Amino acid sequence: MFKAGIEIHQQLNTKKLFCSCDSDLNDRVLGEFTRVLRPVQSELGEYDAAALMESMKRRTFVYQVTENSCLVEMDEEPPHDVNMEALEVAVLVSLMFNCRIVDEVHFMRKIVIDGSNTTGFQRTALIGMDGYIDTKFGRISIRSVCLEEEAARKIDEKEGIAVYRLDRLGIPLIEVTTGPDLKSPQEVKMAAQILGYALRSTKKVRRGLGSIRQDLNISTDGERVEVKGVSRLNLLEKIALYEMERQEMLSSLAEEIKRRNPDLEHIEILDVTDIFRETKSKLIRNGLQKGHRVLGIRVPGFSGLLKSDRYRFGKELAEVVKVIGIPGIFHSDELPNYGIGENEVRLLREKFSTGDNDAFIIIVAEENKGKEALLYVIQRIRKAINGVNPETRGPRDDGTTEFLRPLPGSERMYPETDVPPIRITEEMIERLKGMIPKSYEEAIRDISERYGISMQQAQQILDENREDDFSFFYSIYPDGNVIFRVLFNIIPEIEGEGLDVSSIDSGVLEKIFSALAEGRIVKEAIPYILRDFIANGRIQFDEFKPMDEDELQAIIESVVDENIGDLKSRNVEGALMGILMEKLRGRADGEMVNSILRRVLERRGVSK
Amino acid sequence: MDFETGDLVEIKNKKGIFRGIVMPRHAFSGEDIIILKLDNGYNIGIKVDDETKIKIISKGLSKKTERKSKINENGIPVSVLGTGGTIASYIDYSTGAVKPAVSQEELLLAIPEIEENYRIKSRTIFSILSENMKVKNWKVIAEEAFKDLDDSRGIIIPHGTDTMAYTASALAFMIQNLPSPIILVGAQRSSDRPSSDAYLNLIYSLKLVETDLGEVVISMHGSTSDTFVQVHRGVRARKMHTSRRDAFRSINEKPIAIIENEVRFISSYRKRSGPPVLRTGMDEKVALLYYYPNMDPEILLDIGSRMHGIIIAGTGLGHVSNDMIPVIRDLVSRGVFVGVTSQCLYGSVNLNVYSTGREMIIAGAVPLKDMLPEVAYVKLMWVLENYPGEERDKMLQNLVGEISERRVGIEYV
Ligand SMILES: [Zn+2]
Repeated sequence: MFKAGIEIHQQLNTKKLFCSCDSDLNDRVLGEFTRVLRPVQSELGEYDAAALMESMKRRTFVYQVTENSCLVEMDEEPPHDVNMEALEVAVLVSLMFNCRIVDEVHFMRKIVIDGSNTTGFQRTALIGMDGYIDTKFGRISIRSVCLEEEAARKIDEKEGIAVYRLDRLGIPLIEVTTGPDLKSPQEVKMAAQILGYALRSTKKVRRGLGSIRQDLNISTDGERVEVKGVSRLNLLEKIALYEMERQEMLSSLAEEIKRRNPDLEHIEILDVTDIFRETKSKLIRNGLQKGHRVLGIRVPGFSGLLKSDRYRFGKELAEVVKVIGIPGIFHSDELPNYGIGENEVRLLREKFSTGDNDAFIIIVAEENKGKEALLYVIQRIRKAINGVNPETRGPRDDGTTEFLRPLPGSERMYPETDVPPIRITEEMIERLKGMIPKSYEEAIRDISERYGISMQQAQQILDENREDDFSFFYSIYPDGNVIFRVLFNIIPEIEGEGLDVSSIDSGVLEKIFSALAEGRIVKEAIPYILRDFIANGRIQFDEFKPMDEDELQAIIESVVDENIGDLKSRNVEGALMGILMEKLRGRADGEMVNSILRRVLERRGVSK
Repeated sequence: MDFETGDLVEIKNKKGIFRGIVMPRHAFSGEDIIILKLDNGYNIGIKVDDETKIKIISKGLSKKTERKSKINENGIPVSVLGTGGTIASYIDYSTGAVKPAVSQEELLLAIPEIEENYRIKSRTIFSILSENMKVKNWKVIAEEAFKDLDDSRGIIIPHGTDTMAYTASALAFMIQNLPSPIILVGAQRSSDRPSSDAYLNLIYSLKLVETDLGEVVISMHGSTSDTFVQVHRGVRARKMHTSRRDAFRSINEKPIAIIENEVRFISSYRKRSGPPVLRTGMDEKVALLYYYPNMDPEILLDIGSRMHGIIIAGTGLGHVSNDMIPVIRDLVSRGVFVGVTSQCLYGSVNLNVYSTGREMIIAGAVPLKDMLPEVAYVKLMWVLENYPGEERDKMLQNLVGEISERRVGIEYV
């Protein structure tokens, strides 16, 4: 059964959470420094699985210092007192979602050693819990509202080195986590829209790509998979769908493994480098030149499970080795291929002594790293019988996902002793209660009434975050339908013609709506003016000045004369309108053209 | 209410029921707050009043994990003497409290590179934050280090960074003719953090035991990056930043060495010698006074009268205001040693240039060349006890590298 919850991470546009730097992205790099991170031991002397896997990559981190970063982001100065403006937004959001609010806020350190935090941990605090929000498709429970610091921005990743920029590190983030109440990929998308709106309605959020990101928690057979960092809302539904399919594949794979019941306890790593001395595979040759070895394992009973119409477990295994820096695996379901010939496959089968039902896997890597990688592969193979593996995955642009790391355990949290606890007073809560913005449904109704547009149009304005623009244009030219048409039909249509509409900003539109209000143009001229602006980089209205009635009358008469003989259409009037509007290039109001045309046609005895 | 830290409890108040493990109180927490660790790992503060009900679900288990260090019999013998400080602080995960120290053994165990190459003999002498260090602690460290000098190729002393340079200076005077280096190592980020500088500082400092260095040194990050460590002569080092990893700088001198995978000496140093000489006597009646404009001469008189020696950190070349000079004359005439250093830290004092300086000299003040104020303070205690009657000569004599006769025109920050 499909069950999903989402986590929304929304950046705030206040100063940073623990210092006075601006919460902007900033590309002016002032300098760099280099660090390494070590996993720290938990209370039992054990390392967290996620942290350990990360440290296996033995990476060095290069951090770029920007104008909006200081010693705090560099982990060279303790955090300052928490930004109270950001904290109040978190309390407000908790109130909006009917949460129980903690009496005293305690920041925690959540261990993250992929380099995205210079400290090796993310500071995070629970502000509200056990809330809910009611929607058209039912109540969504809100497990928690947290206030945390944003991670550094990854700029580059090359062999063993990850480059991060500090501009984004420390921007306050509100994290809202729902319960697993979403019952379909569609509900996932709708929930994200509703929660996203609620956060925006505080008016304290950053905008632009990446300023809001969703994590998805999806389970179909009980085990939870987390997909981290989806920044495009439209991708959310697709990801949920693909992940559902992937999980169903893994569940049926588990059934198949149970049926075949192979002995997976005794899997031995073999060095098969000798088979490839003369290989035609470029990838393997390159590896051998660097002194790498070809290592492999026999996987009993897995023939056809690695890659076939029904199963794609090979892909899962490839993702596991990729995480520790090995590009991929070769397996028997896809060989011969990739320059590996039939003879080599035969020798491999001999070497691994594979029976008909068995598969084999080989990798090319530096010896120790390769062995480590294969140990992870074996571990993953043994877990396949349990079905879905609890893990964290990352989204790809096409809506599929890839393995990132095992799901972190809760032992990764310990107190941030550098930040004193903060009392949430009754007074603060009462004050913030008075500032709760309207709900999504209320806001849609409101917009629809205020601007005289449909509920559907109002919802689109909300979902695409255009309330402010809309209200500004409406104050210049109070016709909601025209403004809506410009923003949501005309501009996308022009973009659809292959033109670059990025230069059409609110300044350009302001001029156009003003001209409209002053009667210098009619609304029909807008597409022509915008195309003219894109082509020539200027806004000019003279060329699109509305014609006076006499001039219009003359043109209409001549168009009717020219075309009336050719028209066999039943709707002569409609056809003529089309020709006329094309010819007039926006220099006349459609209704006026229509009424003149109708008179002309009537006079000539042409009826509808 | 008879619950304790570590117990799983249910708290019922106006807001409902909260379930979690009771955490230790934070010093800044409200009086009426209980801190709970929830199931999801978060700590939250819950207000309790007369109507609040607290139910113990289960008592906490005290988890104690013993881990034995693997001793590498063939490794290079090194002594580690724990004293406390950031480098040795650790979070107690079950309670969430930051504890000043686990055993040094445990700290070092976390670093496989160390276990492989060295035979570590470690003991914790005490566990105190370095701001609480006293002269008596310096003596204990010196005595303990002295005991191990012959059997170890080097002595590593993890130490809080705040007063590390004072301790290093004290050790430099107390133990001379070193057959092995004494290396003070600190951290600006505690070793329970993934980004801790403790690891690099420790791993690289240990490389010094494989060299012929025979001095008391401080070994810390050379830059904000985790790339190299600088080795500073103890009597030349100073903590110049409150929080950065590269807080320590050698003043008026280049560092002794840079360690980046390998040790690279970049200025002259004392080689291992012996037999070592231990003299831990200190006259604690010494004060360090920071002069400021409009200072009341009475302050100098009041403090000076109760001391056997006083080090003044003067302005610029070493000056104090004119009205202080009669007090200096008075103190000197009563046998109080008055030494002069500079607040500038960089550069030497010189009381010949301006009339105030000349008056200070006539009054009996002793300009202490380019010695750091803190070093002069420590040295004077040691000199007063060990060389009575020779204070002036010994204070002006370079004993362990605390004074240099020439300063080259390199960058000074
Ligand atoms: Zn900052």
